[in-house]
This record gives sequence, C-alpha cells and structure tokens, in this order.
Amino acid sequence: MNYFVGAIRWVLDPAHYPGPNGIPVRMAEQLWYTALTLVIACAIAIPIGYAIGHTGRGRAVAVSVTGGVRALPTLGVLTLVALWTGIGLQAPIVSFVVLAIPSILAGAYAGFEAVDRNVVDAARAVGMTGWQVLARVEVPLGLPLLIGGIRAAALQVVATATLAAYVGSGGLGGYLFAGLQTRDYEQMLAGALLVVVLALVLEGLFALVQRLVVPRGVVAQRGNVRTRPSRSRPVMGDPIEEGK
Amino acid sequence: MIEFRHVSKRYPDGTSAVEDFSVVIPSRETTVLVGSSGCGKTTLLRMINRMVDPSSGSVAIDGEDVAHVDPVRLRRRIGYVMQNSGLLPHRKVIDNIATVPMLNGVPRAQARARALELMDTVGLDRSLADRYPAQLSGGQQQRVGVARGLAVDPNILLMDEPFGAVDPIVRADLQRELLRLQRDLGKTVVFVTHDIDEAFLLGHQVVILQKGGVVAQRGTPREILARPANEFVASFIGADRGKRALRVARADGVDVVVDGDGRPAGVLVGTEEDAAAGGPGS
Repeated sequence: MNYFVGAIRWVLDPAHYPGPNGIPVRMAEQLWYTALTLVIACAIAIPIGYAIGHTGRGRAVAVSVTGGVRALPTLGVLTLVALWTGIGLQAPIVSFVVLAIPSILAGAYAGFEAVDRNVVDAARAVGMTGWQVLARVEVPLGLPLLIGGIRAAALQVVATATLAAYVGSGGLGGYLFAGLQTRDYEQMLAGALLVVVLALVLEGLFALVQRLVVPRGVVAQRGNVRTRPSRSRPVMGDPIEEGK
Repeated sequence: MIEFRHVSKRYPDGTSAVEDFSVVIPSRETTVLVGSSGCGKTTLLRMINRMVDPSSGSVAIDGEDVAHVDPVRLRRRIGYVMQNSGLLPHRKVIDNIATVPMLNGVPRAQARARALELMDTVGLDRSLADRYPAQLSGGQQQRVGVARGLAVDPNILLMDEPFGAVDPIVRADLQRELLRLQRDLGKTVVFVTHDIDEAFLLGHQVVILQKGGVVAQRGTPREILARPANEFVASFIGADRGKRALRVARADGVDVVVDGDGRPAGVLVGTEEDAAAGGPGS
C-alpha cells in the first residue's frame, strides 16, 4: 500500500513532467507506438481477413498461422529482430505488429462470416458484383466485429509497448526498466499505473467507436430473433474478449 | 418466354439436383414450380438468373442462351424475391427498393421517387420509407422485397417461396395482392412453392416436380385437377381426399357441395357455361 501511495505521489510530482523523460513525452511516445503499430497491422491484416471472409477460402490456414503467431512471446520476437536491425524503432514496431495481427485478422473475417448468408445471397441475386457485395454489404455489416478486433489489439499493444524501452526506444517502459535497475519500485509502479490509465482511455474510446459503427438498422434488429442462422461455419472465438 | 432445354445439375460430390429438365415458360403469365423439398425447384429458378449454372443443357430467355449473358447484367434486369426478404438490414426501406436502379446508374433522387411509387404499388404506406427492415413485420418485409424486385421494371420476376415464412392470414393477403399486381403489370412470373394450394391459386401454368426435377405433370390447375397424370400427382394435389374430392348432395331442393368428410363446402349454383350465358338458371 505504501508503494501504491508512493507511486501516485510520483505521478503527481511536478518534477516528473518537463523534459524528454517527462510523463507527457513518454505517454505521447507510448501512444505513438501503439497508433503506428495499429495502422501497420490493419494495413496487413484487414485485406487478408476480408479476402478470407469474402471468399471463404484460406480460413484454416489463417487460423493455424495466427494461432501459432499468438504463441510467440513478444520479448523473444523483439530480441530476435533487434539482433538483426539493431537498436531503434524497427524491432519494437515489428514485434508489436506481430502481436496485433491475429486479433485484427480474426475480427475482419469473423465480421464477414457473421453477415447473414441470406443477405449476401440476395445482394448477389439482385445484381451486385463481388466488389459491391464486399463494399456495400459485408464491410458495413462486419464493421462492429472488426472494430472489436482492433480494440483487443490496441489493448495488447498499448500494454506491451513498454517493451520498446528494452531496446532503448522510450515510451512508458522507460520508467519500468529504470525503476528495476535502481530498485525504485515507486517509479516502476507509477509507470505501470500510467499504462493502465492509457489502456482504460483507449478502451473507452474504442467502446464508443464500436457503438457508433454498428449500422443503425442492425441496432434496430437487436432483440429480434434472427430468421436464419449466419454462415454455418462456426465463428472462431469472440475477438472482443481476446487479450483481456 | 423462358425455355429450359434438357437442363441437368450435378454437384461435384455426385449428387444430382436436376436431371434432363425441359419446360417452356410462356411470357406474361405466372408459372409455378411446385414440389416437396429436394425436388430441385429452387435450383431451376436460380438457373434463370445464373445464380446456378446448369451442368448440361441450357436456359434461354426469348431465344437467347443466358450462359452468354454477363450474370450481373442479367440479374439486374430480372426481379428476384426470396423467402425472408433478403433485404439489406443496414439500409432504409426506400434505399433497399432503390438499390438496383442505383446500381444501374439512375440518379439517387429519381430512384427514390420511383421507390415511393413502388411502395404504393405493393400496398405499403409511404410513412414506412425511412424505417429499417427489422422495424417491419414479416408481411411488410415481403412487400418491400416485391417492390425491390419490381424496381427496374423487369419483364421477368422470380419468386422463391416468397410467402413461405409469413402467417396464413398475411399470406392470403399477399397472394391476393400478387394476383392483382399480375393483372395490372403482366410480368412473366416464375414462382416456386411447396404449397399446392398456392400453386393452383397463382399459376396460369403449374409444373409439379418429383425428386431430381422430374416433371410429374405440367398444365393449368384445371387440367391437373381434371386428369392427374399419375398416382404421385393425384396424391400430391390431394385429388382423392378431403377438400378436393367434392360431391354434390341434395338438401331442401338445392344442390349443396360437400367435401370428402361430408362437410358442406358450398352451394352449387350452376355450371360455368350457365355463368357465361348470363347467370345461373338462364
């Protein structure tokens, strides 16, 4: 409990705010790594996930590969890549992207698979091209699950981004590693608290976004009994719950 | 005119949905494909707009083999109405109806104006235009489905058990509405159902299918009732029992028609020839 009070005192101490090692700069770095990671991971995972969800092909491969990737310890990946690329931002970003991809990928294809088969079939039958079915039916209706996947990834990354400091790239992890070396446990706990605050803020933001992107007609549909089940293939996991 | 020429559909796993099916569907009339589940009726329907391609044989619309038409262009000029409406849940009623015209490049305002007219046509109140499909009853959703099917003013309207999932009262209502629409619009309607009463009510021509798309009998409802081609047809239409096996009974000097169980079904007022000549008894 004393550590806890000390950590809060540490966070509130004005001396820890100015300069490149101040709390605002470290928080900004942490957020920047998280944002950069998510953008890169989305750019990779969403097209692949959409391709899998739209065609229904390659799903088994994606499940086993992302399952394997999930088992990789991020610290190990970070060390491995850092040995290759050296000190800098590349190694942490690469390892965070590897961490973020499985959730986003699962959100992307699970979102498509959750779309009522009947609706997709009808869209084709009235004369939509494959691309139109994708853009006008599958993407909007799959958006809530995709955002859920990104939300899970964001939480994992914002917490794991502390590892950037392991290869000297700053972020809130700086307080953890500095505190560990100097046995300054109040500083360590303060760093951890700041990560928690960031994670909670992100969680709130994504919860809001997730509500906003649910198509309005689908909100109205909630509570009604689905007339027909979704695609017969089971939706793997619930990406919203992952990483918690 | 839609022509099925020796159409078969076999799947890679060896099962066969349809074997050597040939039927001519005349223009501006309603043809009903009726049969129990697994008889291939939906498969046949979906061959007309190339949602399914036949393994052999061909389907021709006004002499043109659909295999040579781009499927997307083909589907955009054929109306399609399905069970459970298949409406886009994230679009308002009016936008659902306007979907296909807008795909064809009709300006939004024009497509929406036309959609409102179509709501009148299918008996939907215009105040429902801004609702989402989930906010409508099953019957209303099916009406929206029909309006969407009519949106590009197609010559052909395909209907796949459109009234199968609504309650009997609403179904009767929708059936009456379809008969009225067909009188007014004169589309070539191909209608799939497993309900023989619905088939006899709506069809100018009825095609009764057995397993594997084998035509058990084809004709007007009257022809089929008068002369069932075989026992399968007789039992399928129920000609030998219940409400279709009617007898005339005399009661108080009036001819009363009773069904197979002896329950009165109506009063015999004369023959159709009498009616044509100007009323009963003349």
